[in-house]
Amino acid sequence: MSDAPAPSGAIGAYVPLLDGPEKVTGAAKYTADFLAPDALCGRILRSPSSHAEIVKLDVAAARRLPGVKAVVTGADCATPFGVLPIAMNEFPLARERVRYRGEPLAAVAALDEATAVRALGLIELELKALPAYYTADEARAPEATDLHAERPGNIERDVVYELGQVERGFAKAALVREASYRCAEVYQVQTETHAALADYDALRDRLAVHCTTQVPFYVHLMLARCLAMDKARIRVIKPHIGGGFGARTETLNVELICALLARAAGGKVRLVTSREETFITHRGRPEQAVTLKIGMAKDGRVLAVDCETVQRGGAYSGYGIVTILYAGSLLNAIYAIDNVRYHGTRVLTNTPPCGAMRGHGTVNVRFAFEALLDTMAAELGLDPFAVRRANLLRAPTRTANDLLVNSYGLPECLDRVEQASGWQARKRKLGQGRGLGMACSHYVSGASKPVHWTGEPHATVNLKLDFDGSIVLLTGAPEIGQGSSTVLAQIAAEVLGVALARIRVVAGDSELTPKDNGAYSSRVTVMVGNATVAAAENLKRRLAAAAARALDCAPEDIEIEGETFRASSQDQGLDFDEVVTAALKEAGTITVSGNYSTPPEAQGGKAYRGATVGSTVAFSYAAQVVEVSVDEETGQVTVEKVWVAHDCGKALNRLAVEGQVQGSVWMGMGQALSEETGYFQGLPLAANMLDYRVPTIAESPPIEVQIVESNDPLGPFGAKEAGEGSLAGFLPALANAVVDAIGLRVTELPLTPDRVLRALDRQRRAREREAARAARQKT
Amino acid sequence: MSKLLTLTLNGRERVDAVADNVLLLDYLREVVGLTGTKTCCDGGECGACTVLADDEPVLACLCLANACAGRRIETVEALGESGRLAPIQQGFHEKLGAQCGFCTPGLIMAAEGLLRRNPRPNEDEIRAALSSNICRCTGYVKIIEAVQWAAGLGAAEKPS
Ligand code: FES
Ligand code: FES
Repeated sequence: MSDAPAPSGAIGAYVPLLDGPEKVTGAAKYTADFLAPDALCGRILRSPSSHAEIVKLDVAAARRLPGVKAVVTGADCATPFGVLPIAMNEFPLARERVRYRGEPLAAVAALDEATAVRALGLIELELKALPAYYTADEARAPEATDLHAERPGNIERDVVYELGQVERGFAKAALVREASYRCAEVYQVQTETHAALADYDALRDRLAVHCTTQVPFYVHLMLARCLAMDKARIRVIKPHIGGGFGARTETLNVELICALLARAAGGKVRLVTSREETFITHRGRPEQAVTLKIGMAKDGRVLAVDCETVQRGGAYSGYGIVTILYAGSLLNAIYAIDNVRYHGTRVLTNTPPCGAMRGHGTVNVRFAFEALLDTMAAELGLDPFAVRRANLLRAPTRTANDLLVNSYGLPECLDRVEQASGWQARKRKLGQGRGLGMACSHYVSGASKPVHWTGEPHATVNLKLDFDGSIVLLTGAPEIGQGSSTVLAQIAAEVLGVALARIRVVAGDSELTPKDNGAYSSRVTVMVGNATVAAAENLKRRLAAAAARALDCAPEDIEIEGETFRASSQDQGLDFDEVVTAALKEAGTITVSGNYSTPPEAQGGKAYRGATVGSTVAFSYAAQVVEVSVDEETGQVTVEKVWVAHDCGKALNRLAVEGQVQGSVWMGMGQALSEETGYFQGLPLAANMLDYRVPTIAESPPIEVQIVESNDPLGPFGAKEAGEGSLAGFLPALANAVVDAIGLRVTELPLTPDRVLRALDRQRRAREREAARAARQKT
Repeated sequence: MSKLLTLTLNGRERVDAVADNVLLLDYLREVVGLTGTKTCCDGGECGACTVLADDEPVLACLCLANACAGRRIETVEALGESGRLAPIQQGFHEKLGAQCGFCTPGLIMAAEGLLRRNPRPNEDEIRAALSSNICRCTGYVKIIEAVQWAAGLGAAEKPS
């Protein structure tokens, strides 16, 4: 069996997304687009209080209202849900206590929206206020009331560890500096609001749920758990999804409430939440304080790192433990750092729960790290590029916390953006008010250990080949706009050597597709991609064997050229249709499976409790240069241009990689410049798309993408992740550029005009004090 | 109160009994069943609901259906003919102007409105015309390329 080049040229090309035509014609169906005229309208009653005991919740009058078909409350589900088996403490509808403003208390299903809204108004609610905590410090104070009995002191997790010999490292350092940084809480603002359509078949006790999720499998598990239903009676369908960015990497109360309503009503319920409710459901990136100390040798080598960080986690556990562990573990695996002390604290507060936002855990710490690197490089008279180059890893290697790094394109990323941006010629020469800054970042290509560890393979893909010669790729991997279905089809086409058009992808329907853990931690390309390679190879073997039987030769003598199978280069061979007919003779329609499991060496170590968080098959790397202009009168920071280089191992689809990298960099820009949620006594201050300032096209810069291909030995065709790794670098690169532009180091994000003006003011006063002191000393 | 609403929708004349408080957006989606036009914000903040009214982009969530009596309304479903994508749709597809695709119908209609009044817009004009449409996936770079492609400005890169 010999391989000829694929006719489709699929891998490495610019391939528009296979589902693009639906999206540009309006044909693509998102959850709220399934109109179901027979569906009831679901609505949620939310808590007006941040922290209170529920004294009374009387729904009798609401139930009696004509047109109301179901009312559910916390009494209808006594089983908590969550994402980590060790941290499930949230109920679909609050029981006994509410812990954040906007937490669901009750829900109604009615014949129409007006009736549902009227019914909510008839619910009698009496709450007894408890002390509420809106900052991590308040919640951690010794006298604070616990939000959850099983989390004393409101500490979700305190992570403390030391790798190597930190004090020795500091003692040897030529320069030791410590600084504190603060990042505001941000939200994903995926453009589709959360929605669900739940259809309960009372005659057969079966439930089908369409919902806006990145993790249909987790939703399936939590539906079974909270509704106490047999998993086999549940079907979860993920239609087109209007973005996720991590907001939907855990089961949300929306789909659980919708299902509870549907079962109570014995029918179909459509629950489409508002933008404000979507904000309140949250799962964004936490507000975080980082205090970082670095010890550096004269040549820029980092000899020791001490990082202390606190995250305001919100009212429930969610991914909290994972987030605070990532913040520590991803201090490593980007540079060669042997001595690291980490103390991370995740705190429970009376604000909406945080989650796993794009660049999960690493972003705010990377901001602090790359900012302090620049500050120290300047003190030592080193170029920012030089200080990064002084700390490069040498792959293959294992990090101090036992993470595997097989491929490492960071050196090339540095070279590429240094060149493209004209760094050496332009740095510090752009004049007052304009500057360049740079930074690096990295990210995992899939968490090596799944959250729900069952011992099954990490990914399974089925390929179905039928009489018509069509190949259907069946996967549970959720296409959420990142292009996963397209990339999987490309992989299958490449391995099989068939035209891309021959492959159709069916994704994300538990009744049809094999289970998949979901679209999170940038796992799909590597894990599901590798499973697709395996499935396609299995199918190819079946086809070659069939061709050999038909052509009366040995399977290893079969030559495959495109879609033609020959016994030798002389004969005319069989076309694809003939091979399919030959292959189906044996046992009819063929379905093959391909599996992938992460190898044990990629599953991290036992250096400390939770050390597997951060372990992955391969890390992506990125470097970027940001050019800004700063108006010192108004405090306005404008991003003029970004040059970014991203090592994605191998670009399976260059168009999609560019799009992912641009989207990541730009989302980093939003966090760096203008985005923050903000609360007043637990009331969200910006739960809409005007006050929460997502950048518009007017202020978004050109983003020039360089693709670096380090060909990872474990990735499919060498590929690694492309959709998260370059986000984190933007924040420090911007802050570093502001230093270059106006000599001002801002340590608090976002860099809104008021923050810049305040920092300028502080700087001016410090300079005046300094001048006055100097004058006094002279006299 | 309901009124009989007569308008031209995607080239067809329609008459529907529509309550006075129904938004154009809900009329299109829930009454007519054209779900290409999206709801993304709680009103006037995102541009996802952009449709054309007599060739001008309007936000369907800020407009009562009955206020559109006698007007010519076009949604994303109207673009493209006999199995072919309209140039602006083709541009968004080829250039990856759509990732998740949720903002796409609104952006396409805003861009279509721009191209109808200004077939050769420069980059600043494109930015100005699309500045009330929020996209969370693309960073807008490829959206600008998509519109340029459709305007024929990216002709050199057009695949044959
Ligand atoms: S839905 Fe109309 S502007 Fe957002
Ligand atoms: S493509 Fe997803 S919001 Fe624009």
